Amino acid sequence: MTTASGTRHTSEHPADGRGGIGEIDILWISEGMSCDGDTVSMTAADQPAIEDVVQGLIPGLPKINLYNKVLSPTLGGEEFLAPFRAAARGASQNPFILVIEGSIPNQNIIEGDGYWTSFGNDEDTGEPLTLNWWLDHLTPHAWAVMAVGTCATYGGIHAMAGNPTGSMGLADYLGWDYTSQAGLPIVNLPGCPIQPENFMETLTWVLYHAAGAAPPPPLDDKLRPQWLFGKTVHEGCDRAAYYEQGDFAKDYNSPKCQVKVGCWGPVVNCNVPKRGWMAGIGGCPNVGGICIGCTMPGFPDAFMPFMDEPTGGSLSATLIRPYGAFIRRMRGITNFAVNQEPKWRHNEPALTSGYDPHWRS
Amino acid sequence: MTATADRAAAGRKTPQVVDMSWDPITRIIGNLGIYTKVDFANREVTECRSTSSLFRGYSVFMRGKDPRDAGFITSRICGICGDNHTTCSNYAQQMAYGVKPPPLAEHITNLGEAAEYLFDHTIFQDNLVFVDFCEAMVKATNPGVLAKAERTEAPHAHVHGYRTIADLMRAFNPFEGAVYKEALQVSRITREMFCLMEGRHVHPSTLYPGGVGTMPSPTTFTDYLSRLMRTLDFVKKSVSMNDDVFDFFYEALPGYEEVGRRRIMLGCWGAWQDPQVCDYRYENMNAWGKKMFVTPGIIVDGELVTNNLVDINLGMRILLGSSYYEDWVNEEPFVTRDPLGNPVDMRHPWNQTTVPAPQKRDFEGNYSWVMSPRWYDSASGQHLPLDTGGGPLARLWSTALNGLVETPYIKATGRSVRISLPKSEKLPEMTFEWEIPKWSNTLERDRARPYFVAYSAAMALQFAEQALDLVRAGDTKIFNDYELPEEGIGCGFHEAVRGVLSHHLVIKDKKIANYHPYPPTPWNASPRDIYGNPGPYEDAVQGQPIFEENGPDDFKGIDIMRTVRSFDPCLPCGVHMYLGKGKELQQTHSPMFGASNGTGAGHG
Repeated sequence: MTTASGTRHTSEHPADGRGGIGEIDILWISEGMSCDGDTVSMTAADQPAIEDVVQGLIPGLPKINLYNKVLSPTLGGEEFLAPFRAAARGASQNPFILVIEGSIPNQNIIEGDGYWTSFGNDEDTGEPLTLNWWLDHLTPHAWAVMAVGTCATYGGIHAMAGNPTGSMGLADYLGWDYTSQAGLPIVNLPGCPIQPENFMETLTWVLYHAAGAAPPPPLDDKLRPQWLFGKTVHEGCDRAAYYEQGDFAKDYNSPKCQVKVGCWGPVVNCNVPKRGWMAGIGGCPNVGGICIGCTMPGFPDAFMPFMDEPTGGSLSATLIRPYGAFIRRMRGITNFAVNQEPKWRHNEPALTSGYDPHWRS
Repeated sequence: MTATADRAAAGRKTPQVVDMSWDPITRIIGNLGIYTKVDFANREVTECRSTSSLFRGYSVFMRGKDPRDAGFITSRICGICGDNHTTCSNYAQQMAYGVKPPPLAEHITNLGEAAEYLFDHTIFQDNLVFVDFCEAMVKATNPGVLAKAERTEAPHAHVHGYRTIADLMRAFNPFEGAVYKEALQVSRITREMFCLMEGRHVHPSTLYPGGVGTMPSPTTFTDYLSRLMRTLDFVKKSVSMNDDVFDFFYEALPGYEEVGRRRIMLGCWGAWQDPQVCDYRYENMNAWGKKMFVTPGIIVDGELVTNNLVDINLGMRILLGSSYYEDWVNEEPFVTRDPLGNPVDMRHPWNQTTVPAPQKRDFEGNYSWVMSPRWYDSASGQHLPLDTGGGPLARLWSTALNGLVETPYIKATGRSVRISLPKSEKLPEMTFEWEIPKWSNTLERDRARPYFVAYSAAMALQFAEQALDLVRAGDTKIFNDYELPEEGIGCGFHEAVRGVLSHHLVIKDKKIANYHPYPPTPWNASPRDIYGNPGPYEDAVQGQPIFEENGPDDFKGIDIMRTVRSFDPCLPCGVHMYLGKGKELQQTHSPMFGASNGTGAGHG
């Protein structure tokens, strides 16, 4: 469905002669082993908001056509699938960014005609088309590929020990050396779910790159955006000062550092405590929720059981104890001192502030 | 079984049956396909089958894990109401561990869940459901109705500010209409409220078995309350806007009450614990269940069958018949008697073993990744395919009929629920009354949703006040510790946004021996069971009349889609259904709606 919309000058000549792409499709498939939580999380972002990007309110971006099942104005079915089918044939009108949400199941472990997850039906046979079929047919044509959420990036919850589906991340499926039509590796945006603004910021970077206005986003060896995942939870945490002072929460009633009650913050790459969850509000250990490592390739198995002290945490916590106790004592003394007002603030008849009208150095 | 089964066969024309399918269905959570046969000569749906294909195996991979991890893991079942799972899991764990959270922790959890209802119902109703009722869609499916809407004054214009029904419909046009855009903003403010209580959305960080980690400073509640007050104008307007549109549909399309109508068989498992009463002991579950701020109940043909959570629990039966699983009846049971000594059936979730068997989709045999939850009614000997009415319909119905809830802002009267909201920025104090409707149908499922948003706002006001009272009195404990037991069982009953949710847990050797969550969508969208009983969806869709003005060549299926979405489908739990025997068809056609090779069909 199209509804009448205003003129969009930004989409007519977005690249301002930079030779970039003027119009681009976003084909979003959440039919991996997914809960659709990354799509839902994306709608929480206001910095920028998805409707602003779609309506061309961000200067310098190409014209965007978003095809996402949850937000689609269509009734579904073939009307919704048309751009996906065209892209799979290599016949899409515009370059497209493929966004994958959910773990990738292993179809090879199924004998016969079963399937773990599907997206639409085969046009000839009417049988369900597996997610894997779509990946095989879409990724060769994609201008860029984004894996959104920890399921799609590294496998996540559905790939934990004992899982029956053989689930994995997109790079495990396509190969970590995959490159798109634009020569980009998979852009991984982990998080369970994604932090809304982290995703929108990464998406707009990719779109600026498409418009010819920016270099490709800088990624680390796990294909994560460096500026978002380059620091640990602990390095941005409100409660880190308690750690430095060797002052630990013994249960969840305490505002102090939670490493003794299950927090993995010191070793997890994530910016959520610094950024909050949305509009600076919420988060994890900064607001009393232990970090369970949900952005990490080792999630969840490396962090379970979540509510016990991390292995290795007790050694570092023990080492910091005497230093922290000393520091805390010293700070306590100083803190007492700076809580006192100087003695010349009084209502006596004599001024004792040291005022001298003819003072010279 | 269907409301329409007894419709007079007289005056019927020679059927003109056409295959119509939509796969995937948009504007829902998860993957769902709807396959119908539509008789255009008699303007009704003759068959419906619904299929969704996703198996992830939570019940499989949770075995052997630390039980305290269950709340964190099960949140990931659902990407729009994951917190409902965490909350429900913690209820079940608290029963198994014998721990009761401090009162303030209960208020914080209740405030978080209230914010979830506010957020989720708003984004679903205004940004997903209402696209089916917006001006652009009605123009494409019922131009005659739109013309009438242009001429019809909106009865509540003084509240919401839209003069005609068509003006209202225009305000819901996707990505452009004022209400559509405002709803997105409101869905963000309410999620900020959620994050203040539960850390992050959609998978909460601060909920634990035994309490919460949310720091209960006065600021936390001040920030929540000020945001809540900023949403009240919108909440009040929503009730009026929805009432105007749905009342207009009944008037403009006589007989629309038959769309999506089914026999009244509603289930509600209750929401929001009262910390004064709830101790999480199974032995006292009936008593504290009745004190929940949404009253549990099973309602059949308008009568209350039970409001006892113990009965509700023991009556659960997970049936097979059309699913890709091996049966477990020959396995060792985990639980033979409940803590009260009542026998527990082999088909109860406590005794279930999930053994997936992926196979070819065969509509004459197995075609589903979901099982068929039923409630066994010992009086009639029937396995009832209860539905949730999409959540709000069953919640309001059960609360109204029980007549137990009375708070400063809400009163259940036995036939209605009265909701009072205080003065807000532009609108005065207002009282809304939701009355038990005549039908369990598409429009009433949708109408109940904004009323439940108002209900949630009213509950949020109460919980915020109670929480602040505790904080000001210095009662700020939010977590109670416990020892993990060697063995134990637990169950949690809660209302996910779209309806009944229960978690069933068995612990052995301090590990999860068995864990089965039962969310609303398997109830609503369950396949035909071993006894041949279809689930609620096809019951509602099959036999419903067609009001769309388009013929077979440009048919959109809007009436069918409205019915499907009225249940608020949430498919990550995986659903397949099939109904009826294949028929000789004259033609096959999949509706298209402005489709193209990806040009011009995007937003904007």
